[in-house]
Amino acid sequence: MGRFTGGLRPSKVRLKDHPILDFSAGQEVAFTFDGKKLKGIDGEPIAAALHANGVRVLRHSPVSGRARGFFCAIGNCSSCLMTVDGVPNVRVCTEPLREGMVVETQKGHGQLPID
Amino acid sequence: MNLLKEVDIAVIGAGPAGLAAALACAEAGASTLLIDANDVPGGQLVKQTHKFFGSERQHAGTRGIQIPELFAKKLVEHPNVETMWDTTASGYYDSGELVVEDGKRFIKILPKRLIVSTGASERFVLFENNDLPGVYGAGAVQTLMNVYGVVPGDRVLMVGSGNIGLIVSYQLIQAGVDVAAVIEAAPCIGGYLVHAAKLRRAGVPILTSHTIVAAHGEECVTGATIAKVDEKWQAIPGTECEIECDVICLAVGLMPLVDILWQAGCEMKYVPELGGHVPVRDDNMRTSNPNVYVAGDSGGVEEASSAMITGEIAGISAAESLGLKAPEADARLAQLKADLAAIRSGPAGEKICAGVCRATVCGGVWE
Ligand SMILES: Cc1cc2nc3c(=O)[nH]c(=O)nc-3n(C[C@H](O)[C@H](O)[C@H](O)COP(=O)(O)OP(=O)(O)OC[C@H]3O[C@@H](n4cnc5c(N)ncnc54)[C@H](O)[C@@H]3O)c2cc1C
Ligand code: FES
Repeated sequence: MGRFTGGLRPSKVRLKDHPILDFSAGQEVAFTFDGKKLKGIDGEPIAAALHANGVRVLRHSPVSGRARGFFCAIGNCSSCLMTVDGVPNVRVCTEPLREGMVVETQKGHGQLPID
Repeated sequence: MNLLKEVDIAVIGAGPAGLAAALACAEAGASTLLIDANDVPGGQLVKQTHKFFGSERQHAGTRGIQIPELFAKKLVEHPNVETMWDTTASGYYDSGELVVEDGKRFIKILPKRLIVSTGASERFVLFENNDLPGVYGAGAVQTLMNVYGVVPGDRVLMVGSGNIGLIVSYQLIQAGVDVAAVIEAAPCIGGYLVHAAKLRRAGVPILTSHTIVAAHGEECVTGATIAKVDEKWQAIPGTECEIECDVICLAVGLMPLVDILWQAGCEMKYVPELGGHVPVRDDNMRTSNPNVYVAGDSGGVEEASSAMITGEIAGISAAESLGLKAPEADARLAQLKADLAAIRSGPAGEKICAGVCRATVCGGVWE
């Protein structure tokens, strides 16, 4: 599906030397995105971890089928809904990444898990 | 939903306005509950790496990111303050009940007074393919880059030359990202010239009287078409120009977040100078609903210094309406109002003053 777009080189997307800010490495965690094993930093938004891995398309609109990425990154616009650990409609721009998370592209409007 | 919490004053939003408001309430002796959807205090400030302009009392010269820490320390130590992070205020009812949600449950709160300091949200612009991944709000780019250390892409087209567009462009360069150009539909640069000069020195073109016509790309942004505009801000055919970029950053202004104020039945007014619909208020930031106060960008998009001042004014006034007052509150209130007038004086404040004037109830006091 061309979801891993070129252009973003994972080595470069994470800031190391910044004139003002210090991003001293946080704890690295493993998670999966549509079955692929990826790495991110514990506690950062899932969207940031995906972006650092070159993933910019987070879902496709259930109405138009067009690709969607994040837009506001503060949990206001719902552009970034994905299924996380089986729960649909999670705003991944604010949801913190944790070890072992299963992140999936959501199909349609999503269904709540029944337990 | 079975929890009910009673407090003197609930403050929604812990940006500079809400932090200042909560501290003022607490110092007056009110039991204060500070609620924010984020897990850290600071609102917009958490992503601002530049040193602030403004007056000494409002922390000029301190970097935006350091201000929340100053407040947070005082607040956490204050016995009158309780905080709820990761908690979104979702409804305010006629009964005076506020409903908040912490991701697991709904909690009912019964505050005697409510201070709304929810800030503002990003505006959007119309152009072809504006829904492509890679079209990001300026706040999103700042959050990703300055809070989490992840750059948005390789080459950015910045739309908007207000202070936000200029500052974020400069921060992108600091992070090693190319800025293809900053475009601005108006005939002149919107933000302060000091910020524009920094970009010019870095070789970034700032194109005034230009707009974005289209984004290109299948699944993600790969470029953009820009064009010159006439006096009516309409693209002039034949002036189109292609820009290669993988991010289009929109910095086209903010709009006050006022949902809770609508719910509270506050009288609202459309005031373009303040960014959209805002509540009508008196000089003490009280709205037409006598139990509800507004502070910061949700009362009109301005800046952090004035947000801290309107926050403190709202806090002092809300507490006073409950008969609670810190020593020397009157002198402090007078000082704050003078500071606010000083910040809004000068050419940059003209628009704000006109807006505030239209949004303030006749004579500055409710009947
Ligand atoms: C790039 C940039 C540069 C800037 N530079 C400067 C500068 O140099 N000097 C200056 O003075 N100002 C500057 N500003 C402006 C300044 O940051 C804002 O005006 C200021 O942060 C507004 O404060 P606030 O408290 O009103 O809102 P915000 O800081 O936006 O805070 C609002 C808070 O409310 C919370 N919230 C919203 N809705 C809810 C809800 N329903 N439930 C719970 N919580 C909620 C949000 O999570 C947020 O934390 C800049 C802004 C930007 C974007
Ligand atoms: S990007 Fe707007 S809610 Fe996540």
